[in-house]
Amino acid sequence: MTLHKTPAAEDAYVPSERRIARERYRRGRTRRATAIAATSTLVVGAALFVLITNSPGWTRTKETFFSAHYARVAFPQVLEGLWLNLRLLAVCGAAVLALGLLLAVARTLRGPVFFPLRALATAYTDFFRGLPLIICLLMVVFGVPALRLEGVTTDPVLLGGSALVLTYSAYVAEVFRAGIESVHPSQRAAARSLGLSSGQALRFVVLPQAVRRVVPPLLNDLVSLQKDTGLVSIAGAVDAVYAAQIIASKDFNYTPYVVAGLVFVALTIPMTRLTDWVTARMDRRRAQGGLA
Amino acid sequence: MSTDAGTAPVLRMEAVRKSFGTSLVLRDVDLEVAPHTVTALIGASGSGKSTLLRCANLLEEVDDGAIFLDGEEITDPRADADAVRRRIGVVFQAYNLFPHLTVLQNITLAPRRVHGLSRPRAEADARELLERLGLGAKADEYPDRLSGGQQQRAAIVRALAVRPRLLLLDEITAALDPELVGEVLGLVREVKEDGMTMVIATHEMAFAREVADQVCFLDAGVVLEHGTPEEVFGAPREERTQRFLRRIVAAGRL
Repeated sequence: MTLHKTPAAEDAYVPSERRIARERYRRGRTRRATAIAATSTLVVGAALFVLITNSPGWTRTKETFFSAHYARVAFPQVLEGLWLNLRLLAVCGAAVLALGLLLAVARTLRGPVFFPLRALATAYTDFFRGLPLIICLLMVVFGVPALRLEGVTTDPVLLGGSALVLTYSAYVAEVFRAGIESVHPSQRAAARSLGLSSGQALRFVVLPQAVRRVVPPLLNDLVSLQKDTGLVSIAGAVDAVYAAQIIASKDFNYTPYVVAGLVFVALTIPMTRLTDWVTARMDRRRAQGGLA
Repeated sequence: MSTDAGTAPVLRMEAVRKSFGTSLVLRDVDLEVAPHTVTALIGASGSGKSTLLRCANLLEEVDDGAIFLDGEEITDPRADADAVRRRIGVVFQAYNLFPHLTVLQNITLAPRRVHGLSRPRAEADARELLERLGLGAKADEYPDRLSGGQQQRAAIVRALAVRPRLLLLDEITAALDPELVGEVLGLVREVKEDGMTMVIATHEMAFAREVADQVCFLDAGVVLEHGTPEEVFGAPREERTQRFLRRIVAAGRL
């Protein structure tokens, strides 16, 4: 490894003894830190492995949770169920973001004219953020069909999806609102002084900054939504978790759950990496550089 | 610390070299700052003044060369950067006050959390310093409610509150309108009279000429010329220095 590349080296620069010693020392420190990290990781991993595989019930646990046979049986059915989760995520996610943004904007409108709108949005977020998701789901999925209204769907997936949107848009609205309020008032002042209307200032100056800032918590909520799409199975729709449950309860083997769990984790990881990437890009943009 | 209290330099730079990517910002810069003196760094934007200050405070890692604070090498990778920074105060161009804290809390943060002073003690010291420097009435205000000049003065007080050995000022008047520049420079003058050792990157040539004991003209990462203000401003030797000063005079800033 050489760090001695000199840009614009027209002045025949030769690294000093001091620099060489300094870099040697730093390399040594890096090597040491890496060695310590690798060793401690290995030791902890090995200890866990030995502890678990030597526990008295390990053979039984292995058969119940990590059976290759049941994994093979469950995998295609879990994947089939997952298709429902994914569709729900796409549709509900889009609806949640749109409704959440609308609610957040409604809550930040100033002036007495907007009082009813503001109050409505506030009441909505207060109510649906406080209401447990499972209760919201039960009310919508079983309560709405019980009304026997003409022309209103009884499809559990549609109803379950609506319940998810109701709850999650309340969460997401608060995330958006936090973002909007974190934009310094001077930004709005600058936009208004250019002659932009209040709506234009919001759209072209405040929201772009606000949204960028709240991307990580938003993705957090989307990952959470992705997992909660499984709750529509309480109305009988077969999603990945429910598909696993069907097999598990038939044969008293929990491997399908593990498979379903791993599939969800595998779905979440790309989302997390995306969040990291977005955040890192934002940091780079306003980075001052330096070590502090 | 090998402090030769008399004349040993507080800050010494030896062939300091620093590049960002492919651009070489400092090339073999040498600098000595004697105790109780003011060194003014002048030069065009991008000549390396700010980078030099950031290196001195270890906010940037130098590529080569060494920096000594009171004779102790601070660029040694074994040196404790936090301990070094405890002895150096910095004031930034954009004030960098913490907007969630009042002026008093901004000033007492480091004395309390870093230097372990009790809250009453830190607050008493801070209030006394604010009073003396004409900001007593603003102690309990939040930074956003102050004018630019007041904010910058508060930032100077914040840097002074830990009684640093060396104070670095990075174009502290660049974001202020001319009316407010005066009050900030007045404060720097007072700080000089108290015997503080300072390195100042500045575009205020008249001020540099008046307050500095040593003036360094930086050009493309090199200290092209240095000497007393009379030497550098009165009879610049280098052609580039002359050109730079002519431009400044033409712009009515000297």
